[in-house]
Amino acid sequence: MTALVEVRDLAKTFDVSAPWLNRVIERKPKLFVHAVDGVSFSIDKGTTLALVGESGCGKSTVARLLVGLYAPTRGDVQFDGQATHAGRNAAELRTLRRRMQMIFQDPYASLNPRWKVLDIIGEPLREHGLVPGAEALRARVSELLLQVGLAAADCDKFPHQFSGGQRQRISIARALATQPEFLVCDEPTSALDVSVQAQVLNIMKDLQRTQGLTYLFISHNLAVVRHVADRVGVMYLGRLVEVAPKAELFSRPRHPYTRMLLDAIPDIHMTGRSRTPVQGEVPNPLNPPSGCAFHPRCPHANARCSSERPVLTRFQGTEVACHAVQEGRI
Amino acid sequence: MVAPLLEVKHLRVEFPTRRGTLLALDDINFEIAPGEILGVVGESGAGKSLTGAAIIGLLEPPGRIASGEILLGGRRIDNLPYEEMRKIRGRQIGAIFQDPLTSLNPLYTIGRQLTETILTHLPVSAEEARQRAIRLLQETGIPAAEQRIDQYPHQFSGGMRQRVVIALALAAEPKLIVADEPTTALDVSIQAQIISLLKRLCKDHGAAVMLVTHDMGVIAETCDRVAVLYAGRVAEIGPVGDVIHRPSHPYTSGLMGSIPAMDEDRERLLQIDGSMPRLNNIPRGCAFNPRCPQVMARCREERPELQDAGATRAACWLVNDGARPI
Repeated sequence: MTALVEVRDLAKTFDVSAPWLNRVIERKPKLFVHAVDGVSFSIDKGTTLALVGESGCGKSTVARLLVGLYAPTRGDVQFDGQATHAGRNAAELRTLRRRMQMIFQDPYASLNPRWKVLDIIGEPLREHGLVPGAEALRARVSELLLQVGLAAADCDKFPHQFSGGQRQRISIARALATQPEFLVCDEPTSALDVSVQAQVLNIMKDLQRTQGLTYLFISHNLAVVRHVADRVGVMYLGRLVEVAPKAELFSRPRHPYTRMLLDAIPDIHMTGRSRTPVQGEVPNPLNPPSGCAFHPRCPHANARCSSERPVLTRFQGTEVACHAVQEGRI
Repeated sequence: MVAPLLEVKHLRVEFPTRRGTLLALDDINFEIAPGEILGVVGESGAGKSLTGAAIIGLLEPPGRIASGEILLGGRRIDNLPYEEMRKIRGRQIGAIFQDPLTSLNPLYTIGRQLTETILTHLPVSAEEARQRAIRLLQETGIPAAEQRIDQYPHQFSGGMRQRVVIALALAAEPKLIVADEPTTALDVSIQAQIISLLKRLCKDHGAAVMLVTHDMGVIAETCDRVAVLYAGRVAEIGPVGDVIHRPSHPYTSGLMGSIPAMDEDRERLLQIDGSMPRLNNIPRGCAFNPRCPQVMARCREERPELQDAGATRAACWLVNDGARPI
């Protein structure tokens, strides 16, 4: 299998300094948040990579970097062998971007309330000049609506006439309009109820099977990730701490943070699995801990962990960034 | 059988609007025993938060209790005057809401908010109240409680704030706590901490809990019994193990099947087509009939009442005299 998307040492820094005058008068320094700090991974064609982590770990920033909504501070993204950021002119970028689309978390905020569904789904088609006329546009939009389980007659409705789950289907239809190969889904079901979430997840899986789509699926819900993903990457404070095939990650998690996340999931089947609620909270990303960012919460941390930052290295078929795992301490 | 702490009988909540009256809760019945944790689960719009709001007497106008009774320790509390209800709220019923930032006053230190609650409800001196507040904060696992008591809510993280809110709810030693989605705004690792804290503290203080949530995992871990709400009615109620593993109502089984499981692989999730009806458009007969895979002619005409179905009680025509056909 070939990698469709390849990300190398991707980083994004946001300037969160006080305004210039405050810095001068109050002698405040410039402040930067390293939202994503050197992330590398690749996604094979037709598979799903899921990124999980808690709020503020940088998973949504990765999504936005990939589709080009942010420009990276460092590193690059290769899509089908071509760089998506460095040294590209506008026309080339347009052709590349037709092939990747994004689905956002909140179906209430991502659809223009003043536009009809026809215009919403038709926008990417018109923008990329993919259909010849109004007739063809309507036909294509109807076809897309049917694909996601809505009716062709829904073309002339406004977003407020739909429920949350139906709106998310409209977002999916819009993302599919340009016949992309790669979809970036940023928490596509977290705003939905469970029964509706099941409908949307089923549609996404069906589409992947029939159209050979590649997904980057971002979520904080490990049960959902386990259902959709082929491989899973776990992020903590802007870095990947573990990347592993799904079965491996859920049956034998290596990194202490992954273990902690898995332990924290409420067990619906009450198998009596013992749980150890983890102590502590995610540190302030403005001032991350030295060495391994997880060491203040880690039960296996030692002196090396607090001084030297572990790098993501291959370990028995998975990739882990942990001194304790590599030294064989756990 | 101990006398129930809370009894909700035939509770009906309406919202009068210009286009007619909307029936948000219709004939809700349940009880909570002292020290018991009852989960109330359902999808958005099922009426679970409204049930909590009706019990603590904080229904937002124009919502009103149209009929039915709410009894706390045998005493009717749904028709009390405002001032009377204020004395019960906090003293006998504590409340925990979803967003810890909006349930604390940002202008007061948390110490002031805690002591205010204690002084309002309990006959103690200001110094005792402060000591009590520090003890409560220590119990909820806030480090350096003596110093942090004089800080403001914005100086606490989300998880810490929710601990303060729990301390606040327990401040006057209430017998019942209504917790409305207490962990929804928190990250998974923090959620586990808060749930185990809530469970432990309520056990220590002997408080019963009505836990409103949409997360079946939280329910499974925490509750003794669970009530499943659908379109303003109780679809099924019973011991948590039976409802989860041997549901009698097709909606409950659909709900369980649609949750991705951690311990089995399925290509497709079970899916309930359609979505919950809007309040102005609740179908005749059983409200679930348009989405039900086992719908019969009778379901479209007559509304089923809760009846015994093995260990649980379900409102479904498939359940007849204790026999379980599904």
